[in-house]
Amino acid sequence: MSPDGKASQSGSAAVEAQRVTKIFGGGDDQVVALDDVSVQIGENEFFTLLGPSGCGKTTLLRLIAGFEHPTDGRILLGGEDISPLPPFQRPVNTVFQNYALFPHMTVGGNIGFGLEMLNKSKQEVDDAVTEMLRLVRMEELRNRRTSQLSGGQQQRVALARALAPKPRVLLLDEPLSALDLKLRKEMQIELKRLQNETGITFVFVTHDQEEALTMSDRIAVMKEGAILQIGAPRDIYDHPSDRFVAHFIGETNFLEAELLERKNGAAKVKFPSGAVLPASLPDAPISPGKVSVVVRPEHSRIATTKKDAVLSGTLENVVYFGTDTHFHFRLNDGAQFIVRMQNARDSGDDFTPGQELGIAVEADAVQVLRD
Amino acid sequence: MADAVTQVDTPVRGASSPSPKGRGFDVKRLPGFATVAWMCLLVLYAPMLVLVLFSVNDNRSVTIWTKFSWRWYEEVINNEGIQHATVLSLKVAVVAMVVATAVATMAALATTRTRAYRGLPVVYGIINQPLMVPEIVTAVATLSFFALIKQATGVTGLGYLILAHTVFCIPFAYMPIRARLEDMDLTLEQASADLYATPWRTFRRVTFPLLLPGIFAGAMLAFVISLDDVVISLLVAGPGESTLPIYIIGQLRRGVTPEMNAVSTIFLAVSILLVTFFFVLARARK
Amino acid sequence: MSTSVPETGATAAQSAERRAVRTRWLLVSPAVVIIGCVGILPLSIILLYSLLEPAEYAGVVWTFSPEAWMGLVLERDIFDDTLGLSSAHLTIYTRSILQALFTTVLTLIFGFPTAYFIATRPAKERNIWLFLVTIPFWTNLLIRTFAIMLIVRDEGLVNHALINIGLIEKPLAILYTDVAVAIGLVYAYLPFMVLPLYASMEKLDFRLVEAGYDLYANRRRVLRRVIVPLVKPGVIAGCILVFIPSIGAYVTPRLLGGGKNMMLGNLIANQFGTSRNWPLGSAMALALMGLVMIALVIYVRNVTAAGQKSHG
Ligand SMILES: Nc1ncnc2c1ncn2[C@@H]1O[C@H](COP(=O)(O)OP(=O)(O)OP(=O)(O)O)[C@@H](O)[C@H]1O
Ligand SMILES: [Mg+2]
Repeated sequence: MSPDGKASQSGSAAVEAQRVTKIFGGGDDQVVALDDVSVQIGENEFFTLLGPSGCGKTTLLRLIAGFEHPTDGRILLGGEDISPLPPFQRPVNTVFQNYALFPHMTVGGNIGFGLEMLNKSKQEVDDAVTEMLRLVRMEELRNRRTSQLSGGQQQRVALARALAPKPRVLLLDEPLSALDLKLRKEMQIELKRLQNETGITFVFVTHDQEEALTMSDRIAVMKEGAILQIGAPRDIYDHPSDRFVAHFIGETNFLEAELLERKNGAAKVKFPSGAVLPASLPDAPISPGKVSVVVRPEHSRIATTKKDAVLSGTLENVVYFGTDTHFHFRLNDGAQFIVRMQNARDSGDDFTPGQELGIAVEADAVQVLRD
Repeated sequence: MADAVTQVDTPVRGASSPSPKGRGFDVKRLPGFATVAWMCLLVLYAPMLVLVLFSVNDNRSVTIWTKFSWRWYEEVINNEGIQHATVLSLKVAVVAMVVATAVATMAALATTRTRAYRGLPVVYGIINQPLMVPEIVTAVATLSFFALIKQATGVTGLGYLILAHTVFCIPFAYMPIRARLEDMDLTLEQASADLYATPWRTFRRVTFPLLLPGIFAGAMLAFVISLDDVVISLLVAGPGESTLPIYIIGQLRRGVTPEMNAVSTIFLAVSILLVTFFFVLARARK
Repeated sequence: MSTSVPETGATAAQSAERRAVRTRWLLVSPAVVIIGCVGILPLSIILLYSLLEPAEYAGVVWTFSPEAWMGLVLERDIFDDTLGLSSAHLTIYTRSILQALFTTVLTLIFGFPTAYFIATRPAKERNIWLFLVTIPFWTNLLIRTFAIMLIVRDEGLVNHALINIGLIEKPLAILYTDVAVAIGLVYAYLPFMVLPLYASMEKLDFRLVEAGYDLYANRRRVLRRVIVPLVKPGVIAGCILVFIPSIGAYVTPRLLGGGKNMMLGNLIANQFGTSRNWPLGSAMALALMGLVMIALVIYVRNVTAAGQKSHG
């Protein structure tokens, strides 16, 4: 398994999971941690697995690293099946959630460990350690014991250790979750920088949607052992294809509407009010009729003219947030709807709860959901 | 209900008459317990102090103090019986310690940090068996067994005694090693495998160095336990195989002499030294 | 790799699992074999011996006989060969049980406050105390018993002091009495009580004690209703750890009790020595082991029950 292994027919995928299923245990207490998951992660990509606790993120990482074996399906690395390889023969490194730094070695010893195990010469190991320490900006701590490091420093050492052997893929399992908010923000930037400088594929696990949105090239949203949607952060945010995804990421409004028969390309939905708007469709095939749609609060505003008003309802509550204000509506059909508007200097106090108002929705803001 | 309300309205008693500084109500204190604790300490150490004191008394009497002298220690050092017994005790203890520690380390590696597997409770049971049976029972059972083998094969020798010691040393060596392994972070070994170390190199470079304090502690306990054993040695040892405790118990039958104080003091010192070492190792864990 | 049939994930997993299982059994086998052969197998041999006849000079004759098991409590009259209760044996059994119970109770009375006191010390002080209690735990029982002997002998420190202050004229005969054995046993096994008690008291959550005081319990009631129930597993462990070795004690009664105040351990050893009745000795050893097993079962039951209660 050479790190520069030949390109295969699957193109530029650095890692690929093909119909991977992982079942833990057996009999009555068996757990399906991954259910027929397929995903391709490209070279140089910052790829994030996002999902609630227990959805199988760690399991997928451990399958790639080789700590677990798939019950069914294959894991490919650069197009080659690595299923039979033990962890120590896979050109993949992991940044463990608790860092797992060797307490009996120095910072330098930890960082050089992988290269030493690859039987590199002492000179090579030393040089690599120096380079890595420079990369994570910790040159002066080379001979420290790892127990004498702060959380952020340990994090950097863990990163340097995993990057030192120049793996094809770096796996990061919630690496920032043990850090406080300020340090986490710093490390997010640091991680992005490291990924840019090294050009290594990062597979990053988190259950923090904001972290996922800010850092990733692409995100896979998972739920109960399945991947629901894969896409760029913008895609996922603006065009969630699934109720769960829409709900999990950001705040959103769910509405009932009728998908109209498609006429020359563009899809349109009709709201109970009679208003008809263009809408984006999910990847999955969907037939005309009753559908659920989502509209992000910031993609709507309070209508100034009757013509703009797609929906109408009673203003129930106004919540001021500094940069913007949330208007909570009770629609005429009983549903809740939130409008978020930027606060300009002259806006704000025109609306009082109890008012009957119209709501306008931006063009292209309506997303039809699967099912 | 009404009572509770009035009580809230009345000023808090503690506030109206503040207790003297640092003498507030101590939830942890129970009256008299400290006295008992100090008494226990006195009871535990007084006899040993007496023993040590009279080992440096220049007098045959083990009751009346005359003056300080090392003479009993000189006699102990020149006593051939004691020399013999000491060498034998050390021989047995060292071999039993090495074998028991090696075997216990292996067993500990296979009985920790895995999912429970079929047979695991049985393995635990077997390893801890020597702790659950009274010493005298083990002693007579081992004696009977060895007698049978000696009769069948005609082979005799120190091996039997060493083997008997090894058996009861195993669970003592096993305890601290297992404790250490269970404290150890499993992800460290995974990290090592992730960084291209083969299972053997992971063991040598990560598991073993981290386990070493536990192994030392286990060896220490095994050594002390073997050195201290009386009952099993007494019954199992063949003729001419007197370990130091057997020699001492034999001498005591003939009467209490100051030499016994001296040799006991040396023995005590060795035990305390080893236990101190063990304590330091156990604390190095943290 | 491209030429050979690619191993699928499932079979790779299987072979890894098989390897792990094989290594595991290889690693445990030396310990299991040594203890199995030299620790457990001999127990079945004495079971066999207990059903045979004693040989004239030590050992056994290979003919079946229930005599040994009957001999636990019965004895044959030398003259008319009728069976009667063996008062000698029964006395020793009673003494052993009483001594063991007495030792357990007394060590508990002393050990409980001591362990509690240690557990409530600040960390540094606590380590020193713990160290001081651990040292006697690991030091040679024979030597500690010898130290007691020095104190209770006729010419020993206690008598010397009592005569000196004029309280008595002739030395009290303490050595070679049941009292001496009792003192020796309590002294020997006190650390065995303190350490397990400490282990459970160390985990005691003092917020619960505070809650007790908050709910108007006084010190005594907090002790009885909160602390004791919470450290019960430690109390049981301590009692077991003291009871088992003291009922089978050999060294202490031998040094401090002399020939007249034998306990079960000495009686068993004698059957393999001067009495030359291996089958009887085997039967007695097994009976003792049975007793200990019962104690252990009670322990396990109590501890699991306590565990369930605290979870439920
Ligand atoms: N070794 C195992 N044995 C049995 N079940 C397991 C094992 N590892 C994971 N599981 C189960 O598989 C499912 C997925 O677990 P996984 O650790 O992959 O979740 P996760 O997405 O990483 O969650 P988290 O965000 O909490 O880390 C869970 O239901 C978990 O209980
Ligand atoms: Mg996880």
